[in-house]
Amino acid sequence: MRRVPARFETGDARMARKRSLVDLCLTPKAEIPTGLRFAVSTLVWLAVIGTWSVATYGGFMQEIFLPSPTAVIAAFFRLFEDGTLGQHIWASVQVVVVGFVISSVIAVPLGLLMGTFRVVQAGLEPLVNFIRYLPVTSFVPLFILWIGIGIEQRIMVIFFGTFFQQLVMIADVSRGVQKDLINASYTLGATRRDAVLHVLTPAAMPGVLDTLRVTMGWAWTYLVVAELVAASSGLGYISMKAMRGFQVDVIFLAIAVIGLLGLLTDLVFRLLRMRLVAWAN
Amino acid sequence: MTAVTALREVSAATSPAAPAAPRLRIEDVRLEYTTRQGKTVLAIDDISLDVPDNQFAVIVGPSGCGKSSLLYLVAGLNEPTSGRILLGNEEVDGPGPDRGMVFQSYTLFPWLTVRENVEFGLKRRKVPAAERDEIVNRYLNETGLAAFHDAYPKQLSGGMMQRVAIARALANDPKILLMDEPFGALDSQTRNSMQKLLLRVWEQHKKTVLFVTHDIDEAILLADRIYVMTARPGRLKEEVVVDIPRPRALDMVMDPEFIAVKRHILELLKNEIKDDEH
Repeated sequence: MRRVPARFETGDARMARKRSLVDLCLTPKAEIPTGLRFAVSTLVWLAVIGTWSVATYGGFMQEIFLPSPTAVIAAFFRLFEDGTLGQHIWASVQVVVVGFVISSVIAVPLGLLMGTFRVVQAGLEPLVNFIRYLPVTSFVPLFILWIGIGIEQRIMVIFFGTFFQQLVMIADVSRGVQKDLINASYTLGATRRDAVLHVLTPAAMPGVLDTLRVTMGWAWTYLVVAELVAASSGLGYISMKAMRGFQVDVIFLAIAVIGLLGLLTDLVFRLLRMRLVAWAN
Repeated sequence: MTAVTALREVSAATSPAAPAAPRLRIEDVRLEYTTRQGKTVLAIDDISLDVPDNQFAVIVGPSGCGKSSLLYLVAGLNEPTSGRILLGNEEVDGPGPDRGMVFQSYTLFPWLTVRENVEFGLKRRKVPAAERDEIVNRYLNETGLAAFHDAYPKQLSGGMMQRVAIARALANDPKILLMDEPFGALDSQTRNSMQKLLLRVWEQHKKTVLFVTHDIDEAILLADRIYVMTARPGRLKEEVVVDIPRPRALDMVMDPEFIAVKRHILELLKNEIKDDEH
């Protein structure tokens, strides 16, 4: 029997045998082995921590500007043991969650309506687009004047920072729902109400959850803004206080904790999306 | 050339004694739309046609001739600028479950399983659960989807999705089934198997169908009558009755009768493209 000529071998199979890792790494969009991916990720982290260690333990940077890794870890245990860390984390989480939930509860239905009904869009869009570009920080003095420096003020900052962004993004999601999906429902006997409740809303869900995940990240950013300016508790507050006392280790700790909390909420939203809209994965 | 009967030129508008009361009547329908630049474009220019009961009617025409637009008008998803459309004695006024539609794009609800998709119309119409189950099972079986009833649309191939779309429309027991190039996006083998499936299902229900395609083989294979449209603005060029006996099979495309019809339609469309060039 005649051998199949070599040129009929598939290109991919031949490449996989021949190509080196270097070659793979330099090819746009080519997949690399899982082990290599993991190694590279770890390497970058090690490089950052390594540079940090060399700079501090090697005495290249003064301790009062850049604390060593052990100093930050020590600060963690110190604040953790006397309970202040937990208390301030709780204060921050409260503000973010309450502000974010209030904002989302209004923005999701209103955004869906805005993307669905041209009249709602015409009414709200110009105003929302104007407010959206106003920096939240510029409102902080006004909020302090109106509602003081209590938790309500910080919640207001979170709300103001996320609400208008959410509204615009969710309106876009609902505008992006395929028109023929709604047409199909009409030809199956759906009323307009059915189309909104049973077609448009579920169709928009994956996009809505993505929007919530992204805006949650922004909410954490606004939190620090609010707490830096006027607060008596929270991670931004201890950071500010630490600056006055030259406790750079505590500032580092606060930053790291905010980063970790952000990562955690992101994870929660990812899980939520996988659970709630499994059909879209 | 018995297979081809050019019933009439559009100009001779009086139809001969109809065999059955026309189920679908399109009367002097005209569709204009305004572009973003404010220009008025004539998409459909005074089309009148009758589709008798239980007929498989196919509209063919060059792309952009308004054949899909005409189907959307029948579905009630768009309104004609003038003229009217009657289904039985009722004038079409907005969409409804009596005119089921299969779209060219995949329009399954991705958050619902195959079963739930087929059930959608029945639920909206508040059909009791027991009856609903029975109807859904029947159509899932007929379209060969029983094994996939719990799958989500994402897990299905294009051909399978269009099967679900057909089952979903039929489950409502519509008076007419509208199909807008439903197999246009499928590869040729899948398309053939879908044509076979559609022929089989249609033989069983003998529902009035209005089917839009630009594939002439597909049109002849499926149709009792073919409405050939002109290039834009879409006008009815000729109504061609296809007398090829049923049940039809895919290999009929080689039969002399089939080829005769095809030659005739190609001729009509060729003139159309030539008309368009100057």
